[in-house]
Amino acid sequence: MAKEPFTKPTSRAPVSQRSQTVGKINKKAIGGRVTAVIDEIEVKVPMGTTILEAAKKVGIKIPTLCHHDDLCLAGVCRICLVEVEGQRTLQASCSYPIIHNVRVKTYSARVRRARKNILHLLLRNHYGECYSCEKNNNCELQDLAEEYGVTEYKFGHIKERRYQPDLSSTSLTKDNDKCINCKRCIRTCIDLQEVGVYESVNRGPKTKISTYLDKPYSDVICINCGQCVNRCPTGALKEKNDVSDVWRAIDDPTKHVVIQTAPAPRAAIGEEFGLAPGTTVTKKLNTAIRRVGFDRVFDTNSSADLTIMEEGTELLLRLKKYLKDQDKDVKLPQFTSCSPGWIKYIENFYPDKLDYLSTCKSPQQMFGALIKTYYAQKANIKPKDIVSVSLMPCVAKKYEAQRPEMRDSGFQDVDYVLTTRELASMVKECGLDLPNLPDSDFDKPLAIGSGAGLIFGATGGVMEAALRTAYELVTGQEAPFKKLRVTPVRGMKGIRSAEIPIKKATKDWKFLEGATLKVMVAHGTANAKKVMEMLETGQLNDYHFVEIMACPGGCLGGGGQPIPTTEAIRKQRAKAIYSEDEQLTIRKSHQNPVVQTLYKEFLTDGPCGHKSHQILHTHYSPGSRWIGKKPKVKAKKK
Amino acid sequence: MEKSRKGPIIFSTIKPFAGLKESLKIGRSEVLDQVRNSNIRGRGGAGFPTGVKWNLTATATDNKKYVICNADEGEPGTFKDRVLLGEYAKLVFEGMVICAFAVGADEGILYLRGEYISFLPELDKTLNQMRKDNLLGENILSKKGFNFDIKIRLGVGAYVCGEETSLIESLEGHRGEPRNKPPFPTNTGFNGHPTVINNVETFAAIAHVVLKGATWFKSFGTDKSSGSKLISVSGDCRKPGVYEIPFGTTLKKVLKMVDAKDTKAVQVGGASGTCVSKKDFKRMIAFEDLSTGGSIIIFNQKRNLLDVAENFLNFFAEESCGQCTPCREGIPVLIEKLKKIKNIKATKGDIEDIFSLAETMQLASKCGLGQTASDALISILNSFKKEYTLAKS
Repeated sequence: MAKEPFTKPTSRAPVSQRSQTVGKINKKAIGGRVTAVIDEIEVKVPMGTTILEAAKKVGIKIPTLCHHDDLCLAGVCRICLVEVEGQRTLQASCSYPIIHNVRVKTYSARVRRARKNILHLLLRNHYGECYSCEKNNNCELQDLAEEYGVTEYKFGHIKERRYQPDLSSTSLTKDNDKCINCKRCIRTCIDLQEVGVYESVNRGPKTKISTYLDKPYSDVICINCGQCVNRCPTGALKEKNDVSDVWRAIDDPTKHVVIQTAPAPRAAIGEEFGLAPGTTVTKKLNTAIRRVGFDRVFDTNSSADLTIMEEGTELLLRLKKYLKDQDKDVKLPQFTSCSPGWIKYIENFYPDKLDYLSTCKSPQQMFGALIKTYYAQKANIKPKDIVSVSLMPCVAKKYEAQRPEMRDSGFQDVDYVLTTRELASMVKECGLDLPNLPDSDFDKPLAIGSGAGLIFGATGGVMEAALRTAYELVTGQEAPFKKLRVTPVRGMKGIRSAEIPIKKATKDWKFLEGATLKVMVAHGTANAKKVMEMLETGQLNDYHFVEIMACPGGCLGGGGQPIPTTEAIRKQRAKAIYSEDEQLTIRKSHQNPVVQTLYKEFLTDGPCGHKSHQILHTHYSPGSRWIGKKPKVKAKKK
Repeated sequence: MEKSRKGPIIFSTIKPFAGLKESLKIGRSEVLDQVRNSNIRGRGGAGFPTGVKWNLTATATDNKKYVICNADEGEPGTFKDRVLLGEYAKLVFEGMVICAFAVGADEGILYLRGEYISFLPELDKTLNQMRKDNLLGENILSKKGFNFDIKIRLGVGAYVCGEETSLIESLEGHRGEPRNKPPFPTNTGFNGHPTVINNVETFAAIAHVVLKGATWFKSFGTDKSSGSKLISVSGDCRKPGVYEIPFGTTLKKVLKMVDAKDTKAVQVGGASGTCVSKKDFKRMIAFEDLSTGGSIIIFNQKRNLLDVAENFLNFFAEESCGQCTPCREGIPVLIEKLKKIKNIKATKGDIEDIFSLAETMQLASKCGLGQTASDALISILNSFKKEYTLAKS
């Protein structure tokens, strides 16, 4: 059922680096295997494997800085140097493909001397002290300094700032003074995400990572996805930290501080406390959040379910208009709109395609709108006294919360967005040992989320949730997948598609009888770009619904998640989310009693009705109105 | 002034395009053999065997191949390519066409140093004339299926773009930064296709090699460095200029030839070369001894060699692409330490740091720029100990 659509490669990474990506070169090799003797240990590897990969296979650790498993090769930091027999100079093991038998030494005297010198050179211009850095204890440069016994600065240490930090973005900050020019951010942005915010400018010691014409983030095409933050080895790139604002709200007795927690952070925050990736701590986290001082903790999954009801209905209405009413102006396929990074991407790069987007707000923003309306009414608290916080895996959500469209409750719907990392730091500040806290449940009235809402955290999850509900709405029967696992849309392949034939449509949906629902899922904006090119060339004409998440792996690989990130870690997080889904009794959005109550009590004219259009739907701005201008963010009320 | 120059090979007389005609007659494998047997090595400075390079490209399987002429002459003190481009352009282009024939390329690019833009109209004129004469274009000289044309692309002044892979990056429209090697351009070059990149002077020698034979070519020079070398001599001498000398010529002879007196030191190989003191003037210009891309700068007794070293280091700090750590961060440290030496504030520890760092830069830098940036300083510190005194620590 699943098939990989073919598109031309769009990567803009330099040819030399693309062709060297391990795995790609293997196919070209004539099935050859070569022998590498690394530190006297013999290993046979496919031709084209890098020395670094080969060493990993036999458990030899070579230090790296610019290398990252997700990215194309760079070979610029030179810390991974090794001695290759027969070569005059030392070779960067991360970018040296083995094409014939080699003998390698990874820690000879020459190598150790060179590595130490390089490390000292990097430290020379690395401004600041470790204890005043957010990345303290999670910094690859710091780790190496420890491993190589750095106790003094051999080549000196910079005392004055050379650059002004860029604090203009709602989502991330850049401090060039801590940058070591490893170019991971450049490669992340241009190759992994195909946005291209960064490039090196100037030469020699003046080289720095810059944006277009050195403009601040707020004035360039940054989509706020924060993938660069996830891959920065030092403290040069960070999220815009909102922790102190949230503390102030918590410490203010006149404020009722509520928090909604998204599924992806719950599957990852344990990593910040030393747990293995893929350990879900949802209920312990509830306890931690309460102890930190939040008044209520709600489940974003319940508004994810609401999103499915709205977005699924919107899709069915589009299909009805198109198929039954023969309205050819209807835009199909419908694209999901949950990912604020993706929204900014399409606004910036494909502003003429905004009509394809679902008008639904993201679960975070639906939730925000409900808190200051529905919940305020129910709890009898004035909306102005509520501080609405959300725990998200995402830094783009910080931007989304501040969009001028997101004030339908009459107030800023979501006041503060905390990333997984930020909340972890708050929990740590309270001395709480998260892994050993007792379990507790979410607070009513927004306490229940279905498994469908939960899997929003993984790429393909929105699609799977929508299919579970839409299929049942149309046919009255459960979606035809074993244990409700819609496997064709799962996994880590960049673009996936599925076809689901509709049989026995009920009376209202008779026009869908015999039709085949065609859907597509993509994650990472590089893949989104491919999908958009397919849309432009008419290859998506017979598709109905497309899910796009800006981050690789979906929300679980978001820019606010624990660092480091690799595909292996993302797979573990996905596994945790899918297994948690199967443990739940309610696994379809329309069966969520919270959602049913909402439509009964509050959104009384049903999904896509007048009321929901007022507070749960939004519109988009072509070309992004914020390019070239500073975002107008109203000063927060004290 | 044309052809007034004298020299054993490149400046010797040859009938225009006779080498190309001969190539088409003897066939591509014979051309490859001749080039390989001549032992000619790249004239840009690194000295990679040209025959090996051509063979690798010739045997690479791809239906698109390129021939690129590296005319980004930027090494301080080199100006021999401007003589070739100005006075022997046909010879250079002929070498490119022969190369294209031998390796099976159909597109050639002359990467012209931005500062040499004044040559552009004349070079274009030459190319147009060659097209008219069927020396470029389709079925060259009626050889069926041999199509080749040359276009000229201008650099914009980056020294590092003389390094072959950053030259390719620059041609592709990227920031001029050296690539990881392997893969080499012979396999993955311009736009990912097999590419021969040779220096202007290398191409200029090719017609002579093909026409007069490998044995004749090898009769000049030394065992390991066959043929001749164009040198650009500048500095404290009475007859600076471009000369063609057979490999193996000693520095002493060169100095006499250009009438240099009272010489304290000779910088061989430009900023990235070594500084030679009087006791070594018997050494010879050759790949196995004093290797140079052509630059010979002469300093007399009045010159302060620490100033010379600082000047070169400042040049590298300006021209380093900034990509890899040893080069980007190392050069400023060397400058800092050198300033200490000049102010008689450097200790033995500083000198040790310089040597240790220089070793790292030589071993660990990604490309030749960083690998050789410290060479001048190190050779000056080693050979001219009288030029500096250390602080009493």
